[in-house]
Amino acid sequence: MKWVRAAAIVFLLAIAGASLLANFVAPASYAHQFREEPDAAPSRRHLLGTDDLGRDRFSRLLYGTRVSLLLAPAAAFLASLLGILIGGLSGFFGGWLERIVMSATDLFLSLPWFFLLLTVRAILPLNVSPIISVTITFALLGCLGWAGAARMICADARSVRNSEFVLLARASGNSGLRLLWRHVVPNLRPIAIAQFWIAIPVFIITEANLGMLGLGISEPLPSWGSLLGELQSYTALTGQRSQFIPLILFVAVVGSFHLVLQSKEELRV
Amino acid sequence: MHHIAKHVGKLLFTLVLGGFLAATLVRFAPGFGTDEAQIDFRLNNQSIDALRHTQESLGGFYLHYCERLLHGDFGMSRTLQRPVAELIEERMPETLKSVGWGLLLAWLTGLSLACIGVMSRSALFDTAAGIVCGALLCLPAAAVAVLFVLARAPERLVLGIVVLPQIYRYARNLLVRSLNQPHVLTARAKGLGTLRVLLWHVITPAAPQLLAVAGVSASLAFTAAIPTEALCDLPGIGQLAWKAAMGRDLYLLVTLTVLVTAVTLIANSTCELLGSIVGARQA
Repeated sequence: MKWVRAAAIVFLLAIAGASLLANFVAPASYAHQFREEPDAAPSRRHLLGTDDLGRDRFSRLLYGTRVSLLLAPAAAFLASLLGILIGGLSGFFGGWLERIVMSATDLFLSLPWFFLLLTVRAILPLNVSPIISVTITFALLGCLGWAGAARMICADARSVRNSEFVLLARASGNSGLRLLWRHVVPNLRPIAIAQFWIAIPVFIITEANLGMLGLGISEPLPSWGSLLGELQSYTALTGQRSQFIPLILFVAVVGSFHLVLQSKEELRV
Repeated sequence: MHHIAKHVGKLLFTLVLGGFLAATLVRFAPGFGTDEAQIDFRLNNQSIDALRHTQESLGGFYLHYCERLLHGDFGMSRTLQRPVAELIEERMPETLKSVGWGLLLAWLTGLSLACIGVMSRSALFDTAAGIVCGALLCLPAAAVAVLFVLARAPERLVLGIVVLPQIYRYARNLLVRSLNQPHVLTARAKGLGTLRVLLWHVITPAAPQLLAVAGVSASLAFTAAIPTEALCDLPGIGQLAWKAAMGRDLYLLVTLTVLVTAVTLIANSTCELLGSIVGARQA
């Protein structure tokens, strides 16, 4: 299955590259309206046609992909960082701290997290600038998605704490903080990286769900959520098949992430 | 008995803590206690303070909140101007129906696919089922809901399609692990039929873990109910939560979150308990 993994990585890199170069590749800005051409069919000028406000769909897809592909890893990084802090420290120190933190983590994991996300999102302002809405959406995902990572990292930190090399380091006179920084944290890196990769597709899908419900990133900034939301206005009479392209790309990108993760697990086995 | 008491205690603790967090969220949410009457220029500062209930501390507010909850009073929805209890009573059956049908479809299809794939040992079937479920796993619930609306397919099945890939994946892994046990090889060598091997020697040992997955699938179905009901126009709890979020109706939203948390916790605890009973009998 190595070639599948390689193909998935190449595909992800190509999509990421195209979206990062959106300023040069896209024929127009994501917010530019071609007022004389609303709902235009795909053509040489507009590869995927235009939306009901006359904005070039191809450009919006590139910019939207950039938003989702850059910020989902950022949210995953935040979640992993919180997971390392919470899970790593509780696993390393053990005792009552570990018991309390793990009970809180279990509690957090048992909550229906989309309901929680909706509640916390609703507390924050809805009518804000696109940049603030991007920050709010992905910061929320990062702050609420730490529990799974913390649980895994805590288990790993516990086994490192009880390992022989840590015992040897303790016997050599290493202090708590030095022990943590030099011996425990480097050993937690592989699990933290795995949790980071696992969180990315989850956050991309969650952002898409939020965006399709109108609770994600504000217009005119596109994201996969708002692009997929356009399907709600699709009709057999006036709709264009090109409206389904963002959905196909979405499935391909999330699927590629899953393939990379699956292959990683197989390689580890 | 000790196990049941532990589960009930954990459930109660979670609900009390969840209720406290909910009350805290409502109490400190921007705009709490404000009313249009406050902009009446005839009111002085004391009257406005009285309207805002600013004297009530968090502890006092939480006690009142719990007292009202115990009496079945969940407060009033700000946007819909109706008692929350009435709204929940009206919409809960619709959600339970959707979740029930969805879980039934997902479990029947997912478990059947996993059983056929594992017992037939057909690489083609396994790959095909894996690709279909993998593709479904990549779709957000909201997109599945929209696709169902466009295809004019029955909306009640959306939850089943959303939960199906998760169930297939977990069930397949559990059954493969169970199938590789030495006692299954012995049973086969003794000439037992495929169905008998599957039912008695593959599914039964995996039953405790499958029950744990059943608990998780209930939580997944309730989570997927929000986008599904909102986009398919099904008048359930999910749609109500979405409307509450759009209208920043925190009283309603927080009550719904606590309620769904309670339902999923009960489902999880029941499945976990059943799993431990089955596991103990097997041991």
